Amino acid sequence: MTSGVYRWMLLIVCTLALPSVSLADWGAVNMPVGVTEISGKVYDLHMRIFIWCCWIGAAVFGVMFYSIFKHRKSKGAVAADFHESTTVEVIWTIVPLVILIAMAIPAARVLIQMEDFSDSEMSIKVTGYQWRWQYEYLDEGISFYSQLDPAHNVARQADSGIDVEQFEHYLKDVDNALVVPVGKKIRFLHTAADVIHSWWVPDLAVKKDSIPGFINENWALIEEPGVYRGKCAELCGRDHGFMPIVVKALPQEEYDTWVSEQKMKTAAVDVDAIRQWSQAELVATGEKVYSANCSSCHQKEGQGIPGMFPPIAGSDIATGDISIHISTVMNGVADSPMQAFGSRLSDVDLAAVITYQRNAFGNSAGDILQPSLMRSLRQGMRQSALELPQNNLQGVN
Amino acid sequence: MSYSDSTHDHDGHDDHHHGPAKGMMRWVKTTNHKDIGTLYLWFSLLMFFIGGGMALIIRAELGSPGLQFVDPMFFNSMTTMHAIVMIFGVVMPAFVGLANWMIPMMIGAPDMALPRLNNWSFWIMPFAFTIMLSTLFMDSGGPAGGWTLYPPLVLQMGDSFAFVIFAIHFMGISSVMGSINIVATIFNMRPPGMTMMKMPMFVWTWLITAYLLIATIPVFAGAVTMLLTDRYFGTSFFSAAGGGDPVMFQHIFWFFGHPEVYILILPAFGIVSSIIPTFARKPLFGYDSMVYATASIAFLSFIVWAHHMFTTGMPLAGELFFMFSTMMISVPTGVKVFNWVATMWRGSMTFETPMLFAIGFVIMFTIGGLSGLMLAITPADIQYHDTYFVVAHFHYVLVPGAIYSLMAATYYWIPKWTGNMYDEKLGKLHFWISTIFVNVLFFPMHFVGLAGMPRRIPDYNNMFADWNFIATVGAFGFGFSQLLFVYIILKCIKGGETATDEVWEGARGLEWTVASPAPYHTFEVAPAISPDTITR
Repeated sequence: MTSGVYRWMLLIVCTLALPSVSLADWGAVNMPVGVTEISGKVYDLHMRIFIWCCWIGAAVFGVMFYSIFKHRKSKGAVAADFHESTTVEVIWTIVPLVILIAMAIPAARVLIQMEDFSDSEMSIKVTGYQWRWQYEYLDEGISFYSQLDPAHNVARQADSGIDVEQFEHYLKDVDNALVVPVGKKIRFLHTAADVIHSWWVPDLAVKKDSIPGFINENWALIEEPGVYRGKCAELCGRDHGFMPIVVKALPQEEYDTWVSEQKMKTAAVDVDAIRQWSQAELVATGEKVYSANCSSCHQKEGQGIPGMFPPIAGSDIATGDISIHISTVMNGVADSPMQAFGSRLSDVDLAAVITYQRNAFGNSAGDILQPSLMRSLRQGMRQSALELPQNNLQGVN
Repeated sequence: MSYSDSTHDHDGHDDHHHGPAKGMMRWVKTTNHKDIGTLYLWFSLLMFFIGGGMALIIRAELGSPGLQFVDPMFFNSMTTMHAIVMIFGVVMPAFVGLANWMIPMMIGAPDMALPRLNNWSFWIMPFAFTIMLSTLFMDSGGPAGGWTLYPPLVLQMGDSFAFVIFAIHFMGISSVMGSINIVATIFNMRPPGMTMMKMPMFVWTWLITAYLLIATIPVFAGAVTMLLTDRYFGTSFFSAAGGGDPVMFQHIFWFFGHPEVYILILPAFGIVSSIIPTFARKPLFGYDSMVYATASIAFLSFIVWAHHMFTTGMPLAGELFFMFSTMMISVPTGVKVFNWVATMWRGSMTFETPMLFAIGFVIMFTIGGLSGLMLAITPADIQYHDTYFVVAHFHYVLVPGAIYSLMAATYYWIPKWTGNMYDEKLGKLHFWISTIFVNVLFFPMHFVGLAGMPRRIPDYNNMFADWNFIATVGAFGFGFSQLLFVYIILKCIKGGETATDEVWEGARGLEWTVASPAPYHTFEVAPAISPDTITR
């Protein structure tokens, strides 16, 4: 090859390297040390195996490049004729084996510690949904859903026209963070409602698949208060990239305050569910519920995506018999991405979103569904799993 | 050469049987191993650009944060299809194509043992891939649950799902038939004197690969059939609600999937083991240990599958077993790398394009192998799993690994196939441009993966933006520089400096004893096997 070609190659490399020097976020190149004893140990293992790999690479490539420069025909090298040596074969089988054993022992130790779920002080059940998480504090009776921050959800749409770089934690913020105390061994129980998800928070070195129908265990003992962000790690459909995790670790007293606040909120929801709502109120609330829960499939204007997600605008379900509409939203549609929202949304949210769907996108069913009726329907369904009795609905129109 | 002379005599007598037929029907009806090899190679080159185009769509979307070009659903079908096309449509058919062309010529056989089966196993492929790719144009879209087809997600797919399963079955049938043919050829078609331990390494690695295929493709076919019955016939193999288990699919899939990984790399080992001795002008170091190492890798590949599943909640004993067995694989793999270095050591090396690609293979495959060793450490894998670190790892072993070996093989044997030398200057240019861009493309993925970027996502936080942009630049550079590869191939077919029969100064082996270009029929009379005509 001519030296001209080499010069061009050098130029290309330098041009490519320039932006990386000036722009790159150099923090984003390695695994975080994290904030638990385990995450620190995992980081140490990672660095140890990495450095050994570098040494092995340097040795192998060193010998190879020496040979490439020294033993070339253009330098008058004459080929030797050796092509076998049992001794060296044995050496380069045994030496790597010894290195591996030296690495396997500490790795096994950390693994055994990671898999020790005993003596946990509190339990949180984490359920993966397409595409949000549900957290249930088994000891406190607190339960809520956590999904992508609504502002990010608007900005991330293809035609939003919003510059996503203005959000510092773009796609890493949620509406309701998981709040936990520091200094306590927390046991996480992972499961899923639809497809497999994976709950991953790098700073805690915690990643476990959420598998529908099965419960996986995991634990973390967070040492420092702070906000730790993670992501769903197992492909779970269209919005897999948009179901972040935020863990907020608080000192024990602040955590206790948060717990009592949550319990008060639950009581307030109950009051809302029994009062009478106007149609305008329901539609306004319903629009918010819709954009958080329905719009990623059925789209902003209810038009759906042909072939994948049916439209709501003008659909038979949203303009016809309301009892079918309610049961579709509550129970989902088998063998389709349409999930059962009955256990996921509150009575108010369900009533609001159904009312909204029937009165938006050009749909003009005109009827409204009161949260109080939703509540009694739901209780009725629980008892008998019957179809909705038609006469119950007459009164609301 | 005497063999080619005798072939020409036959041509004069009986054109119908011994020369290629004229026109299109030559390719449809051919049972000639060289024709079928050529078909396989062209097919995989075409699929390389289709799969590469999908990769560029993925990289374009990932060029900067936010959704710019495609819907997340389409993005998911691009990642899924890119994998299926590259694995089943590029690397596997290309290796089968090389096996068809070279194995009979390397062992001194007149053709493959089962020529009509050979024709069939090729011609299934274009139909299988037409069906597979056509799902992208169906209402319910292409498969978007990842090439690993994990239920329950994959069962949410629309009715194009049935087409995907059907196409996978056909690809599997094609692979199994090709493998049976290769095994039958190697065991039955060797001339006297060509003992097993005298076969070129490429033949050995393919023999072992063929067994891996025969053993694992039916397992995969079973798994996808269970998906099909779960989706359409009311079974519950993988649904907890009906007493099944979604994780069982992963066990079955990876029992196929991990040997599949070695199916994609063992023939590459064989190619590199043929090329390095030629350009070092020195026989392959440690031939016996190379054979044993290949067999050990193949054996170990059956007992490491669950290292793809460390986060699924296995019992501790399972995690420990799969960690140790996975680490063990680095021993025979290390032996292979050390043997290649020892082959170069005190050789008399020249650096024509095939040698450059072979050395590029050894270096970059080793980088991928070392990150694989990191992935074997289970506690660390909990952090690496399903991130771009894994994407970087397997692309290092597959692109500058398997794909580089295919390019090396093309440059190495194309003078034998066409009778012309390729343009050496352009070949070297192709190597250097590819090597720069492939590293610009894949190296930054290690960083973003470690820093916390999951794989299979269409959008990400700004903290990953810079490295992703660099990777995208690398992707377009690498993608477009492959057009140069096509140009070099076409130019070589059209003309160029006439190749000698031996082609390379240090080349040994039976394929270099026939004329260039290789006559339509070779070794109709069994060749004499002497120390000069074997590779060791």
